[in-house]
Amino acid sequence: MSGGTDRKTVRWALWLPLALFAGFVGLVLIGLLRPADREVASAMIGKPLPPFDLRAAIPDRPGLAHAQFVGGKPRLLNIFASWCIPCAVEAPQLDALARQGVEINGVAIRDRPEDVAAFLARNGNPFARIGADDVSQIQLAIGSSGVPETFVIDAKGTIRYQHIGEIRPDQVPLILEKLKEAEQ
Amino acid sequence: MIAELGLAALWLAAALAALQLIAGSLGLTARGQTLAGVVRPVAVVQGLLALVAFAALVVLFCQTDLSVKLVAMNSHSAKPFIFKLAGTWGNHEGSMLLWVTVMGLAGGFVALVERRLPERAMLATLAGQAFVSLGFYAFLLISSNPFERLNPVPAEGQGLHPLLQDIGLAFHPPTLYLGYVVISIAFIFAIGALVTREVGPAFARAMRPWVLGAWMFLTVGITAGSYWAYYELGWGGWWFWDPVENASLMPWLAATALLHSASVLAARNALRAWTVMLGVVAFSMSMVGTFLVRSGILTSVHAFAVDPERGSFILALLAINIGGALTLFGLRASSVTEGERFAVVSREGALVFNNVMLSAILGIVLFGTLYPLLAEAMGAKVSVGPPYFNPMGALFAVPMLIVMAVGPLLRWRRDRLSRIRGGLIVPALRVVLAGVGLGIAAHIGLLPHIGLALAGGLALASLLPLRGRNLLRTPLPVWGMVVAHFGIAVSLFGMASESAFSVEQLVAARVGDVMPVGPWQVRLDRIDPVAGPNWTAMEARMYARYQGGAPVEIHPQARFFWTPPQQTSESALVTRWNGQLYAVVGDQAEDGRWQMRLWWKPFAPMIWLGGLLVGLGGLLALLGRVASDLRRISARHKIAFRRERQGR
Repeated sequence: MSGGTDRKTVRWALWLPLALFAGFVGLVLIGLLRPADREVASAMIGKPLPPFDLRAAIPDRPGLAHAQFVGGKPRLLNIFASWCIPCAVEAPQLDALARQGVEINGVAIRDRPEDVAAFLARNGNPFARIGADDVSQIQLAIGSSGVPETFVIDAKGTIRYQHIGEIRPDQVPLILEKLKEAEQ
Repeated sequence: MIAELGLAALWLAAALAALQLIAGSLGLTARGQTLAGVVRPVAVVQGLLALVAFAALVVLFCQTDLSVKLVAMNSHSAKPFIFKLAGTWGNHEGSMLLWVTVMGLAGGFVALVERRLPERAMLATLAGQAFVSLGFYAFLLISSNPFERLNPVPAEGQGLHPLLQDIGLAFHPPTLYLGYVVISIAFIFAIGALVTREVGPAFARAMRPWVLGAWMFLTVGITAGSYWAYYELGWGGWWFWDPVENASLMPWLAATALLHSASVLAARNALRAWTVMLGVVAFSMSMVGTFLVRSGILTSVHAFAVDPERGSFILALLAINIGGALTLFGLRASSVTEGERFAVVSREGALVFNNVMLSAILGIVLFGTLYPLLAEAMGAKVSVGPPYFNPMGALFAVPMLIVMAVGPLLRWRRDRLSRIRGGLIVPALRVVLAGVGLGIAAHIGLLPHIGLALAGGLALASLLPLRGRNLLRTPLPVWGMVVAHFGIAVSLFGMASESAFSVEQLVAARVGDVMPVGPWQVRLDRIDPVAGPNWTAMEARMYARYQGGAPVEIHPQARFFWTPPQQTSESALVTRWNGQLYAVVGDQAEDGRWQMRLWWKPFAPMIWLGGLLVGLGGLLALLGRVASDLRRISARHKIAFRRERQGR
């Protein structure tokens, strides 16, 4: 603004904004092109299940406690709710897994017994046990951010894999593979 | 049918923008002058067509027409009407359509009424508007058509993101957005002035109302956004230096600087190149803001707006518009003469100082926002937070606030500090006294300390320009300045007080427990499940007593939405003249106790009250400018009318 004695410096300075802007564009281009790591990995993987003891969600299946995951073969822990639409979408895949001999334990989040019963009558019941979590305490303890989510728990009660969102038909083999891995 | 009508209007608007660009550019050449006459009418019709397209989308959302993909993805028949309406712009495509609509209407308005500028500058300006709009039309029509149909039609929509289903948020983004778009009008004026080398007071006067309007919307939008983050996120804070918050702050800083330098250009014909530069920078910042929000290149609480592919498209638009403008600046600015000179101690001098300080803060915020990206490019993951922004910003904000207190008292061109010394003694004393008094109160950090002292001094000093004036005859722009500066002081006081004196309690409470927080006693009465149209919640009923007074009933909630599934917390606030009680209910622990967070925040509401005052100041100044423009136009008409009669 003031002066202008050295015209050359002034000329040069006029191009400075463009140079800075080019630097900005270059920087964000690098940022956009780099394949970003957006996977949400649970901090609980490799850790034992947190302790819990839930009452039964429906009369004809027992409730669920962390101790029931110890011993035998790896199991699935499925977090669902009767009010959750993707949960209904994933029901056939859970049925398919159950038919192949996988033990699936469910946790119903913030639900009423009659709603859970109606949901299972409509969509099939693949669960060995179903605990009722009325205040999302398991969800928080296990590092789950929504419904549905499915965890692979090995025979020592350690969390081995977290599947976020519904299990789609093409993902059934992936779950079986993770269960096999958990046997070792 | 309505969707097809909207799409047709959008294509037509784009075609007219192309015509406007070609005719406007050719009109600048010696041989194409016959085309110049169509530019203004075309600009008006282009704006109206964009409006038709936007209105069509509003209708589709209000009817919840699920055969339209955008509606199915972002709305739900169970949603309250106001959120169906807000759903129109609460998504990427709709917000882009809103952008071109506002820009088209503003361009049409300029084409209709603006007669002060030389016709060549007007042609260049409107061609610039068409160029910028064309980019957005292409974006909409090629990669994000808002009217795309869905086959088969789904039974139900996906719903709007739960955090967005809040009345404050239904209006905070569009307000900010209006600011972003309106600043683009200032940008095209700057381009028009550069192209035709007509950088002078007429340009500044034509641009100023748009800068004022944009600045007002940005101020109110940021204020509303900050209050939303404060009560909806449930973290008790009001500013997080989140990339997206910074993205709204940066255009505001640039617009604030532009507003003041445009005033210097309009009044004194000085700071020519600098004003043009700021016009470009302010619009760059609004586009950078849009880019940062939409591209998801920086992670933030605004994660719902992310889409990398669209980010690349916005980046391309950004590169073309801003790169082009800066190239033009590099080519032309050396031929823009500097304009009138002035002394260091003068109104201009103070304004230049504050311009530099604002630009420095802008640079700091921009650098801090992009630094994680820079570090990632070098292989490190970092995040930059308040420990960087607060002291670095304060380094420049403090001198700026001091000069801001003095500047309005100085005369144009040349002045002596000794002349205003008498007026300065009172606020200066006040600052010192406040500092000493608070030094005794102690136990507060350095920054809040400085903030409280400055707020006191600035509040008084901001009123001094009214001294000795007839308050009824004081021009509206002066009132606007006084109110806005006073608002800054009020807001600063709120910020400093909130950070210095807040009391926080984190407790696990059983029903019946009484929790003290500051001067409050809060009793947890009961916790019930409640249900809304698309959520369920655990709601606490609590009674809060201020110093043993009458109990106030409050209901904080932990809410669970099911479409899409998400947990949010609805904090409960009790506002008194001297502060705010803030209550959040969390989860139930295994032993049956509930997690509660309680804050007492003395004078915290002043933060947003001040923000609104600043916005009100902008409104007053805008009204004053528009009124005097209207008077000038009607006077010109009268003169023309008389001449015509005399001619007969």
